[in-house]
Amino acid sequence: MALLVSAAIGLLTACGLYLLLRPRVFSVILGLTLLSYAVNALIFLGGRLSATAAPLALPGAVGLADPLPQALVLTAIVIGFGMTAYLVALALRAKGETGTDHVDGAPPTDTPPGRAE
Amino acid sequence: MTHAPVLPILLPMAAAIALLLLPAANRRAVALVSMLTQLVVAGLLLVMADDGTVHVYRLGDWPAPYGIVLVADRLAALMVAVTSVLGLAALAHACAGSDRDGRHFHPLFQLQLAGLNGAFLTGDIFNLFVFFEILLLASYGLLMHGGGSARARAGIAYVVLNLAGSALFLIALGLVYGTLGTLNLADIAVVLAQVPQADQALVRTAAALLVAVFLLKAALLPLSFWLPHVYTAAGAPVAALFAVMTKVGVYALLRLEVIGLSGAPATAGLLQPWLPLLALLTIAAGTIGALAARRLAGVVANLVLVSTGTLLAAIAVGTPTTTAAALYYLPHTTLVTGGLFLLVDHLARERGPKGDTIDNGPPLPRALPLGAAFLVLAVAVSGVPPLSGFLGKVMVMQAVRDAPMGGWIWAALLVSSLVVALVLARAASAFFWEAAPDEPPAAQAEPALTGRRTVAALLLLVAASPLLTLAAVPVAAYARATADQLHARQPYIAAVLGAKPDVQRERRP
Repeated sequence: MALLVSAAIGLLTACGLYLLLRPRVFSVILGLTLLSYAVNALIFLGGRLSATAAPLALPGAVGLADPLPQALVLTAIVIGFGMTAYLVALALRAKGETGTDHVDGAPPTDTPPGRAE
Repeated sequence: MTHAPVLPILLPMAAAIALLLLPAANRRAVALVSMLTQLVVAGLLLVMADDGTVHVYRLGDWPAPYGIVLVADRLAALMVAVTSVLGLAALAHACAGSDRDGRHFHPLFQLQLAGLNGAFLTGDIFNLFVFFEILLLASYGLLMHGGGSARARAGIAYVVLNLAGSALFLIALGLVYGTLGTLNLADIAVVLAQVPQADQALVRTAAALLVAVFLLKAALLPLSFWLPHVYTAAGAPVAALFAVMTKVGVYALLRLEVIGLSGAPATAGLLQPWLPLLALLTIAAGTIGALAARRLAGVVANLVLVSTGTLLAAIAVGTPTTTAAALYYLPHTTLVTGGLFLLVDHLARERGPKGDTIDNGPPLPRALPLGAAFLVLAVAVSGVPPLSGFLGKVMVMQAVRDAPMGGWIWAALLVSSLVVALVLARAASAFFWEAAPDEPPAAQAEPALTGRRTVAALLLLVAASPLLTLAAVPVAAYARATADQLHARQPYIAAVLGAKPDVQRERRP
């Protein structure tokens, strides 16, 4: 299972990085979102995967799941959500100010057709 | 007194909430009162820390390493004090009118201070991440304060870059927790020394990622191209406060390297030999950037790069002497670059449509006082005798004399000083001497800054360098004591964890 989750994290990171390097702010935001999913899964993996570990320390429970990564992920999700919301608002405002959603505020003039449109 | 370490975080946080509820007309007074109180608290912390004990504040009284601790040692107190002085000057400057350009300047400013102070005081690296995010979120808002398409463009790049940095930070934290099982810095230092062979590569990767994130905040060369763009787009008081933001990265790197990384076989030597090399290249890039900049704000933004490079070149050597030299140089460079950003605003407003472009413009109505301020700040920042920039650079040069790259650091600092002095002299002659006399003083788009508060703000930062020069002996002694306390490592670890930490550890496969 760890292999499957690791591969999924790798795939998410790769997709996130690719989108992050795109010239449109919208793809960049999607890329950051994918990247933050990958990061959250990675932190979760830091507490080790287990299908049978008890989530609560009830009497008699052994092999408890590590609760700290869950708390860390929760914090990371909340912060990531707030930041993404701010970035979307900022992107809308920049679109209003500059008239384009290119990351540089002005698209390069020699863009080949069908690319970055 | 026992609660003093948490006050620099709680005060601005409470002030930010109160400011949101207040009508805009009353905000200035509350913000200034909050800032002055923080200055008093910072002074108190400085006195408290000066007895040499490491003051540990356990939030919720949870024992370390299970709970989050705040640690007020000499280094943290010094950083909080520098932030408070710079914050007071920036706030007083903003209160001349630019705080009304947008709606929420004052709450964001206080939140930024809370994030800065928290980052300096915390002893837990996940908590450090949280405070980084608080200060970044506030800085995103402050950068956009006043609006305009230049700020929107710079803002997008800045926010995206820092979100990517935050993702890297979280990856590093996930790896640290997955391998070491702790996030408390003192506990990391203990566990790091006993990492099993199988985990060493992963631990080293995690440490390298953390260092990369801190260097992104500090703006070291390959990660520094965002800085001139962002700092020139920001408003003057915001840019002045941002002068301390790069120092957060430098501080976090120093703390992590000395307390944690340098003492463990898995991560020792992680910064060699590329950190001194990149620091030198950063000094070179900042110097060339200052030479090429067409606006004075651009020159100052590149000087921030030079100061980052100088600090990291000293810190990369990693002896207590170099750390002490860097810690004398740090308050000087932060306050002086902050002062330059404020002065640029004064000059730009007097010159009307010419702004701060380095070009012959109309004669300045207040050429004499502004010229004197420019002279002091330029002498200080370029490292020409007799002011504190010279002393700081001499201390750094003496400290790195026997280091492997010492000769190169000497060359970089001396050449950069010369070039920066030339750049600032050229700007001064364009601004003050060679005014185009046929050009009438332009009808000013924005009123000149002659209010008492702005003058006091500028005076505070202009006076910083002469004061640091006059008080060079006590300040250098404090810096030396700070470096010794930091490099001793054990007092920090013992104060946080107790003399014989009894931590039950479970190793998960």
